[in-house]
Amino acid sequence: MAVTQLVGAKIHRREDPRLITGHGHYLDDFTRQGTVYASFVRSPFAHARVKSIDVTDASKAPGVVGVYTARDFKGQLTGTHPTTPAFTAAKKYVPERFPIAEKEVCYQGEIVAVVVAGSRAQAADGANLIQVDYEELPAVMDLEKALKPGSAKVHVDGPDNIGWDIPYTGPEVTDAAFKEADVVVKERILQNRLAPVPMEPRGVLAEYESFDKKLTIWLSSQSPHFIRLFVSGSMGLKENQVRVISPDVGGGFGSKISPYPEDYLVPALSRMTERPVKWIETRTESIQNATHGRGQFYDVEVAAKKDGTVTAMRVTQFLDIGAYHGTFAGFQACACLMAGGAYKWKGGITARTIGILTNRVPTDPYRGAGRPEATHLVERMIDLVALELKMDPVDVRKKNFVQPEDFPFTQNFGLVIDSGDYEKSLDKALQLAGYSDLRKKQADLRKQGRYLGIGLSTWIEICGFGPSAATAPATGGIALVESAQVRVTPTGAVMVYTGTHSHGQGHETTFSQLVADQLGVPMESVDLRHGDTAEGTAFGYGTYGSRSLAVGGVAVSKAVGKVIDKGKKIAAHLLEAAEEDIVFEHGSFHVKGSPDKAKAFGEVAFASYGTGLPEGVEQGLEATAYFDPPNLVWPFGAHVAVVEIDAETGNAKLEKYVAVDDCGNIINPMIVDGQIHGGVVQAIAQALYEEVVYDEASGQLKTGTLTDYMIPSAGEIPQLIVDKTITPSPTNDLGVKGIGEAGTIAASAAVINAICDALSPLGIKHVDMPASPDKIWHMMKEARK
Amino acid sequence: MIPAAFEYAKASSVDEAVKLLDKYGEDAKVLAGGHSLIPLMRLRLAQPKALVDINGVKGLDHIEAKGDKLHVGALVRHVAIHSSDVVRDKLPILADVASEVGDNQVRNMGTMGGVVAHADAAGDYPTIALMLDAEIVTNKRTIAAKDFFKDLFTTPLHADEIVTEVVFPIANGPHKYIKFRRRLFDWAIVGAAAQKLNGHWRIGLTNVGPTPVRAKSVEDALAKGAKPEEAAQHASDGLDPAGDLRASPEYKKHLARVLTRRAIEQAQ
Repeated sequence: MAVTQLVGAKIHRREDPRLITGHGHYLDDFTRQGTVYASFVRSPFAHARVKSIDVTDASKAPGVVGVYTARDFKGQLTGTHPTTPAFTAAKKYVPERFPIAEKEVCYQGEIVAVVVAGSRAQAADGANLIQVDYEELPAVMDLEKALKPGSAKVHVDGPDNIGWDIPYTGPEVTDAAFKEADVVVKERILQNRLAPVPMEPRGVLAEYESFDKKLTIWLSSQSPHFIRLFVSGSMGLKENQVRVISPDVGGGFGSKISPYPEDYLVPALSRMTERPVKWIETRTESIQNATHGRGQFYDVEVAAKKDGTVTAMRVTQFLDIGAYHGTFAGFQACACLMAGGAYKWKGGITARTIGILTNRVPTDPYRGAGRPEATHLVERMIDLVALELKMDPVDVRKKNFVQPEDFPFTQNFGLVIDSGDYEKSLDKALQLAGYSDLRKKQADLRKQGRYLGIGLSTWIEICGFGPSAATAPATGGIALVESAQVRVTPTGAVMVYTGTHSHGQGHETTFSQLVADQLGVPMESVDLRHGDTAEGTAFGYGTYGSRSLAVGGVAVSKAVGKVIDKGKKIAAHLLEAAEEDIVFEHGSFHVKGSPDKAKAFGEVAFASYGTGLPEGVEQGLEATAYFDPPNLVWPFGAHVAVVEIDAETGNAKLEKYVAVDDCGNIINPMIVDGQIHGGVVQAIAQALYEEVVYDEASGQLKTGTLTDYMIPSAGEIPQLIVDKTITPSPTNDLGVKGIGEAGTIAASAAVINAICDALSPLGIKHVDMPASPDKIWHMMKEARK
Repeated sequence: MIPAAFEYAKASSVDEAVKLLDKYGEDAKVLAGGHSLIPLMRLRLAQPKALVDINGVKGLDHIEAKGDKLHVGALVRHVAIHSSDVVRDKLPILADVASEVGDNQVRNMGTMGGVVAHADAAGDYPTIALMLDAEIVTNKRTIAAKDFFKDLFTTPLHADEIVTEVVFPIANGPHKYIKFRRRLFDWAIVGAAAQKLNGHWRIGLTNVGPTPVRAKSVEDALAKGAKPEEAAQHASDGLDPAGDLRASPEYKKHLARVLTRRAIEQAQ
């Protein structure tokens, strides 16, 4: 980048005036003439046989257009739910899934019928009148019991409950290191199941025009092109008959990547009723049915030397798949591949993932997806090693960090970490937290019977998915590269189309900053468009896995580069100079050494649509680019949490939180800070508050409202201290890495390490999430006995 | 999250409201602030056939000190209680409690009468009312607080009976209400109130059973000169709280003891 006026500046988000004044266009803001409304009848049981469905009363209810059950969709939709075909599993069972259940329901909330009516209320009333005769079956809820031979089965006709079993590396890899270890620490570490709870729940509006045989779907989605691919296939339509529009989207956190049953059923209903059909998810439906995150436990062992050197790790991931495989459920197994964290493990890592089916809603990527779990387990284990050896957790970390001179560093699973400077970010975080003073304060307070704890998380992340070679097998052939198109109109207005999708990330601002700088035009000349499959390139890959800037942004930059190259050809012709003598800077093409012999970008744009172009140059000024990154990108950082635990009530109060993160070069520091804030709070929420709770016997969801599913508010979170180091990524020309998930990947470990540190005088070594006051009080009480 | 169909009528006087309640019978519900009722209806846990909206009823939004009593009209919003100079002067614990009910939306809409009539075990005003021997006044009669909170969501109110005001004794001595909760806007997991009235401590507990609790044994121990930490040990006497997602019964009883001691110690 030649000019850096906008890149790196704290520019207010262009989308905010629209969004915060209520002028955004979310899914429910769209309605077509003649729209009818769908309401779904969902199983109240975690597992049951559907004996019969009586729709008589519902069919006669006021305003009801039609009532539909599985049989009605048989000729409309084909195929099973798309799942990651990816990896080679020693054992694998993927149950078939049709968007609407016919004979057996396998989680509470699974759809068995749908009512279409003239209004939302009429549809809801109609749905209430449907009588379903269920025969309840045993619900499989416990992961360990589900694995046992003879366990009740999640699907009565399934072979067992093992969705996958993948030993990445065998025990022999680490045998020697464990034999030679001075100490071995072991722990079972839980990952509580989380509901994504985006501010805007899901929703679908579909209009099938039977004359033209064209389908338009408005959908609150993170990846509209993938939805077009899946839904067109299931409905027997060509992709060019289907247009998916994902307008302003109020958050996704991963839960709006994969297709859902409603994404198929609502378009099919539009084709069946020949009416536009709309469905907006209620909050309870959202907590019950939007794919959950985490829901795992890990058995971990670490071998270490007396001097604090960690040598080897053995880790087994037990992952609750839910009743069906989420489309990208398998991605969560990356926790195993990232279990080594920021450290060297010369004695190897033994890793295995077991995906277990249960009668719960499916899990799928949720902000961080596998990487928060990896951070949490490795950062906990490092602290356990420190505790065992009576060392400062800082020293154990520094002793084992991959060092700056080691990069690019090939870690235990062959992934190549492109860059890093872990000690630098840790030192900065410790300084901002006042670490040595905190340790003194802790010692003083302990003498008074008070429990102050300091927790560290020196996290790393793999993101920016991803190189075609790595990702195509995981998606069934479509590589997660990214596309961009840049079009310049005759008057020099710039339209940028990206295949990524903004649902809170602020792409309209950051991508415009990037383009405006590169072209030397004001930001106002740049319009960033996304989310409509009828615009831009043939395929866009969506936004998840902190990929938008590191892949999509680079594609945009490449497309802009192509526009500039063509501009140079035209400018050279206009200036009667050789193309190689044309320099483009500050929005102007000039002849090298003669800044006054120049044509402004706008003049060249206008000329490109005129006559007298150089020979062989076509009219117009636009370009398309795809970027296939050579590697993933590797952000990192260091977080410090300070917690005081009330000795009487067990309440853990977060006193201070410091986050120092490194995402390489930064386009807009304010947006980066915002992502850190949101991500950190989301992980604090996991550590202290949030948990999807089902009744372990019946499989009934007990946290179906925001009263019971506890999302913290600003009142519970201290002012975050956020800072950065900058280590540019060598993987792309912009030197950027992702930042969307970093806070979530980092923070739960810092908070829980602080809690365990606080409780260590009582001999408590590990506390699982969420660390509620009741749980901590019980542990303290036991420990004091 | 879409309520079942219901009829709606707005009353402009207590008489009119009572007539409307008579008309709709047992299946009607009074709508005041609506912050408990509407969510229940959206979940279809409540499906009243009709709502009688009393928000337009005049004369139920008074806050008045008369003699040694503080009269709070049924339609007085939490925010008005919190910001009332009269309440702060005559019964400051009530202003403190009001400032911690729910969030801004709830405080701007929720009412004294609504909280009392709803009789949720986690409601804060019922604890204060019971602890201080307040009286609940309706269009028909006056009911002592100790006779009012019968069971969870259960009061002696008839279908056509409307709470018009709650009458508290004036008490501006040392006081403290501690609401133990995970989030600023949550209900109390357990709440403990301490108020000195006529030289004696009154102790109340929230959400440790189906109704608010007056911790008489703590009061008696304090009256006999026990230290707060000794007296507070009695806070869980006779309690049998139900466990929930936030707290086990054992923990709630523990909190009752700890919070009672703290409330007494922190009262000023």
